[in-house]
Amino acid sequence: MAMKTPPLIHPLDKHLRLDRVPTMYCPGCGIGIALGAMFRALDRRFNEGLLDPNRIVWVGGIGCSARATLYVNYDAAHVLHGRAIPFALGVILANPNLQVIVIGGDGDIAGIGGNHLIHAAKRNIDMIVVMITNFVYAMTGGQVAPTTPVGVKTTTTPYGNPEPPINVVKVVTSLNANYVARASVTTPHYIESFFYKALGMKGFRFIEIVSTCPEVYGRHIGLRDPVDMYNELKKRVKYKQKPSIEESDISWDTGIVIGEFLERNNPSYLELLTGVRGK
Amino acid sequence: MRKTFAPGNVAIAEGAITAGLKFYAGYPITPSSEIMEYLAERLPRLGGVVIQMEDEIASINAIIGASWAGAKSMTATSGPGFSLMAEAIGLAVITETPIVVVNVMRAGPSTGVPTKTSQSDVLQARWLAHGDYIVPCYAPWSVQEAYDLTIKAFNTAELLRTPVVILSDAVIAHLWEPLVIRDEKEVTIINRKVPKEGEKALPYKPDPDLIPPMPIFGRGFKAIAESLTHDERGYYAPRDDSYRALVLRLHMKIFKRLDQVFDYESYYCGEDCDYMLLSYGSVARIAYLAMLELRKRGHRVCMLRLKTLWPLDEEKLVKSCSARRIIVLENNMGKIYMDAERIFRDREVYPAPLLSLELPSLRDVLEVINTWL
Repeated sequence: MAMKTPPLIHPLDKHLRLDRVPTMYCPGCGIGIALGAMFRALDRRFNEGLLDPNRIVWVGGIGCSARATLYVNYDAAHVLHGRAIPFALGVILANPNLQVIVIGGDGDIAGIGGNHLIHAAKRNIDMIVVMITNFVYAMTGGQVAPTTPVGVKTTTTPYGNPEPPINVVKVVTSLNANYVARASVTTPHYIESFFYKALGMKGFRFIEIVSTCPEVYGRHIGLRDPVDMYNELKKRVKYKQKPSIEESDISWDTGIVIGEFLERNNPSYLELLTGVRGK
Repeated sequence: MRKTFAPGNVAIAEGAITAGLKFYAGYPITPSSEIMEYLAERLPRLGGVVIQMEDEIASINAIIGASWAGAKSMTATSGPGFSLMAEAIGLAVITETPIVVVNVMRAGPSTGVPTKTSQSDVLQARWLAHGDYIVPCYAPWSVQEAYDLTIKAFNTAELLRTPVVILSDAVIAHLWEPLVIRDEKEVTIINRKVPKEGEKALPYKPDPDLIPPMPIFGRGFKAIAESLTHDERGYYAPRDDSYRALVLRLHMKIFKRLDQVFDYESYYCGEDCDYMLLSYGSVARIAYLAMLELRKRGHRVCMLRLKTLWPLDEEKLVKSCSARRIIVLENNMGKIYMDAERIFRDREVYPAPLLSLELPSLRDVLEVINTWL
C-alpha cells in the first residue's frame, strides 16, 4: 500500500494562485519578500475579523512589481502601464466596501503614472499604494528610472544618469495623504507592520519598499550577486522612529532612512463625498 | 415619461441615467463639458458618483475599474481627449469591460476649432487603439436620438461586454429640441451576465453566445482583469492558439449580434431611384432636406441614414437600395465614403466632403450634390 504523503503547504500558500508558481521573478529579486510580508499583514487582519479576503482587490499596471497581481489569489486587475491608480479609484468609488491595494514599481507609479499618484494623494482617495523601488526599469531590460541616482550608467544613460532622482515619499507627503511610510526588503518586519497599519486606516496610504534587483540594477552598479546586493542595501538602510521629511532623500552614499514619515486621519475622499452629499 | 426641451448633451446624460449609469469620470473639454456638469448635479441624487479626473487617460481607466466593481459607467470627451483614451479603449476591449465613451466631435487636427462641429473622427472611433478589434459606434442626428442611442449604447455594452462609442458632434451637443425622457420601465434595459454567487467558472470562458459572464469584483470570484493576451483562465498565453481564439472571439461576439448592434433609417429607398444619399449624424439633417428638395425638382433620389457607424451590416446596406449612384455626404474629407465604395462595389459611389465648421446650409449641400447629378 502506497504511503500517503501529506501535501506540503506553506502557511502563505492560500494567498497565491499556486498553479501560476513558479513566478517570473529572477533569483535575488526582492518582490517575493515584499509580498510575503504583505500576506502576513493580511493574515493578521483576517484573523482579527476586520477584513474579508473576498473584498480585497489588487490592481497593478505594468512592470515586475505590478506583475504580482497575476500571482495573488484575490480579485485582481493587471491593467495599463501607469494607470493602476485611476483604475483602482474607479473600483473603490463604485463599491466603497472594497479594500483596494495598488502594487507597482517606481517607473509604473512615479514615472508614467506620476500624475495619477499626485492627484490620488491630493484627493485622499481610499486606497493603499505600495511602490516597490528598484531604481531601474527592469522588465524592459535596464533603462533609467525616475528614482535612478545621478551618475548610474543604464542602457539609456550610457554616459551616466544626468538627472537627480525623484523623492516620491517627499512628493506624496506634501499632499493630502493619510499615511506615508518607507521600508526595505532587508527589513520585512517593517513592511509587515506598516502594511498592517495601512490596512486599518482610511484615505490614501503610501508605502515605498526599497528593493533589490541584482539581475538588472545590480549589473549596472556592480552588485550582480544577490547576496552582495542584499548586504549592501542592508548596510545603508536605517530605521528611524518618526523620521522627518528632510531625511527622506534616498542616497546610496549617506544611507536610506526608513520609517513612518506621515500618519494622520484627514477625512478620506469617501468621507468627504458623503459629507458634501449630506448638505 | 416626461416631455422637456433640451440640448443634445443633456439628452446623452439623461439617456445614461435611464440606462442605469452609476459612475461617471471625465475631464472638461469643449463641446462635451455640459454632459459632466449636468450629471454632476443629477447623478449623486440617484446614488451615483461623478468625479472630475486629472486627465482623460485617468477618466477612461477609472470607468473601466468602476465597471469591474459592478457599476454602469461612462465618460465623455472630444477629439483631443478621445485621442488620449486610445490605449484604454484597447484595455476595455481585451478585458471585455462594458463602458460607454462619448466623443462630441469638434474640428481637428490637434486643438483645431474647439467650439465648432466636424465628423472627422469616424475612422478614429473605428481604429483608435492598437491591435485587432472592433467597437460598436453610434451617431445620433437629433436630440431625441442622442437620448435613445445612449440607452442603446449601454445595452450593447452590457450585452456584448464591450466598450461602445457614441459619436455626437458640436451641432447636436448644443442644439435644443423637444425631448421625451422615458421611465426605466418604459424601455428595455440590458444588464451584463454575472456568474452565480460562489461559482468558480473560468473568467474568460464564453457561453455559446461567445460572451463570458462577468465576475464582478468583491463577490468571491477571484476575478482577473487581464490586459495581456490570455486564455480562458485569464492567464497570459503568448501562443498562436490562445491569441487567435481570443482575437477572433472578440470580433465574432460583436458580429454575431449585428442584429442588435446595427441600425439605420431609410427614406424612399423602396422606390426605383437613380440616386441614394448616404449620410449620418448632424449632416444627415441637411442631407434629408436636400433629398426632399431634389425630389420636388423631379429627381428620383432616396436617402439612407446610418445610426450605427461601426460595425456596418454590409449585406443589409447592399440590399437596402437599388440606386446605381450613391452620394456620401459627410462633414470630413470622405471617410465613410471609403467603406461605402467597397461595400457598393458594383455601383458608382461619389464622395461629398463638406469640411464645414457650422452645420452646412441646404444651398452648400445642394451645390456639392449637383456636381454629381
